[in-house]
Amino acid sequence: MSELLTAVSSGLGQGAIYTLLALGFVIIYKSMSVISFAQPALMMSGAILVSYLSPRFGFWFAVILGGALIAVVALVIERLAIRPMVGKAVFVIAIITIGVDIVVRVVAGAFVGSDPRVIGDPWGLEVWRIGGVQIQHRHVAAVVAAAIIVALLAAFFRYTPIGLAMRAAALDQEAAMAQGVNVGTVFATSWAMAGFLAAIAGVFAAAGNPLDQNLWIIGLAALPVIILGGLDSLLGAVVGGLIIGVVEALVRNYHSDLFPGLSTNTGPLAPYVVMLLVLLVRPYGLFGTKEVERV
Amino acid sequence: MSTRVKGRPELYTAYAQDMAFLNTRSKQVGVLVVVIAAAVLPLTVSDDLLKILGTGLVLAIGAIGLNLLTGFAGQVSLGHAFFVAVGAYTASAIAGDPDGRAMGLGITFVPAWIIGAGLVAALAGAVVAPLATRLRGLYLAVVTLGLVIIGGYAFTEWKDLSGGAQVGRDAPKPVVLGADLTIDGAYTQEQKLYWLFLVVLVICAIFARNIARSKIGRAFAAVRDRDVAAGVMGVELSKYKLIAFVLSSFYAGVCGSLLFVANGHFGPERFSGGHGLLLSVQFIAMILIGGVATVSGSIMGALLIALLPRIASELPSFLPFITTAANEHPNIFEIEVATYGLLIIVFLLFEPRGLFGIWHRVRTYWKSFPFSY
Repeated sequence: MSELLTAVSSGLGQGAIYTLLALGFVIIYKSMSVISFAQPALMMSGAILVSYLSPRFGFWFAVILGGALIAVVALVIERLAIRPMVGKAVFVIAIITIGVDIVVRVVAGAFVGSDPRVIGDPWGLEVWRIGGVQIQHRHVAAVVAAAIIVALLAAFFRYTPIGLAMRAAALDQEAAMAQGVNVGTVFATSWAMAGFLAAIAGVFAAAGNPLDQNLWIIGLAALPVIILGGLDSLLGAVVGGLIIGVVEALVRNYHSDLFPGLSTNTGPLAPYVVMLLVLLVRPYGLFGTKEVERV
Repeated sequence: MSTRVKGRPELYTAYAQDMAFLNTRSKQVGVLVVVIAAAVLPLTVSDDLLKILGTGLVLAIGAIGLNLLTGFAGQVSLGHAFFVAVGAYTASAIAGDPDGRAMGLGITFVPAWIIGAGLVAALAGAVVAPLATRLRGLYLAVVTLGLVIIGGYAFTEWKDLSGGAQVGRDAPKPVVLGADLTIDGAYTQEQKLYWLFLVVLVICAIFARNIARSKIGRAFAAVRDRDVAAGVMGVELSKYKLIAFVLSSFYAGVCGSLLFVANGHFGPERFSGGHGLLLSVQFIAMILIGGVATVSGSIMGALLIALLPRIASELPSFLPFITTAANEHPNIFEIEVATYGLLIIVFLLFEPRGLFGIWHRVRTYWKSFPFSY
């Protein structure tokens, strides 16, 4: 039982990271109906940037500064590569983000270096023990941070003018423009927010371990999350992230009991298998809006 | 009715003439010249460059396949690497040494393992298609991406077939009429393999071109341009999406069967995780850079992508700040990968029709010279 709870707790921590990333995907999708495949690269570069900033500025300030800088990077990407394509087929824009992802990943990867880098987080691999259950500090921190950010996002979309404008543009772009919403600002804001969220997710994904290129693979696992939750649902991103995180941790933990014949751990596969199973039943994810075709 | 008027080569009096395989005299001559030039090229070019070009020809087969699915039928797939892997392993298993460490049937007859690889990959495509046809647009892209991740894991684990991680297995031996093409004779290994690849590519390209101008090709275009409208007009969506997946997977399988013949050995890490995805993205890059929904564009794009490592390795002599050492930055390997990304971005932003579009514009300019249109 304690083993199960330990796995669930680490799964929730991982799920919180997925949630943060998935929120970025969903915010961009809602504003321009495009999946940004650049999110994993932005997440990786966020973590790498923070690892450079934290010795100089201290961890907490480095996280905020790193997040802000990645948001600026995302703004530049949006302005240079995405904005000229507005109105073209969404598939084309999505492929451009793949190109952006490759470039950003190569540039960021050049800064990883051969020495192991750490982001200087205060949690490390320390644990609380409650009975036999081990709960890692970094996972608690990730869940708390995700909860705070989700609350802030909810307030942002509920009370601020730009948040309301983004919801209006997501609902009907033309109608929003007719009401005086600047759709360009909406696009830019959504990319900046997604960049910031990716950087924060990167920090928690890298906490406790030395940085490496595998961070990008973790970022990729946010794609099944958004498909599972539904591409246009913020609630889906939160629920999907936690489901995927917990399932992955459980499979990882009980791998040797479930699949004794397989030598490589099946944990990293779990998000994709869950995604496929859910899609068989619900092609638009758990909370996604079913697309209605008008002819 | 379909008589040609003498001296007026571009006057078509029947639909069949307009849709003919090579519908103008200049296309007939041009294609003939290109094929002959490609066939005599190995006699003049050094072997190391020939090996790269040969890889480009093999990649072109896969690119044509992806273009049938993504370019003609409009179904975005990031899972092409998976079907290439299926083809590579099927071919190796059919042609492999029966007494070897990895699985093998010992049938070295070349057409047998090429077609076998294509058929098994097509079967894999047919299995995936029912799920894929339920999905549209970006949902499909992400699901096919999941296919690469899951497939890469399966191949790594199936050690009888793939040899396991870091070990790998031998690629099929190309034996034509009892002669092993990988042994240097009157012609070198690179020359003989290049000709083999060229023959297969030409057959595949002609077949693809014929699909594109037939009923199936028109149905693909209808599905791509507006699937609801196509359905209303009586195009069976799920049937044609299935056909697109099966055809594209067949091409991917043929590409996979030949992809490692020159190296003679390959490991499952080529298809798993980040590497598998990079391969898929490379195929996407080929068709976008070459030209969406064109066969010739696929070939041009594949050759360019195959030449990129070579181009990158030449760069340090022009740009001294680029190094060849893997532990310094910026090095040629980073430049090579980053160039895929940059090319995708630049072509989509400025030349959405790819290399084919550039060619098309040049051709139109001279055709209507001295008028601008």
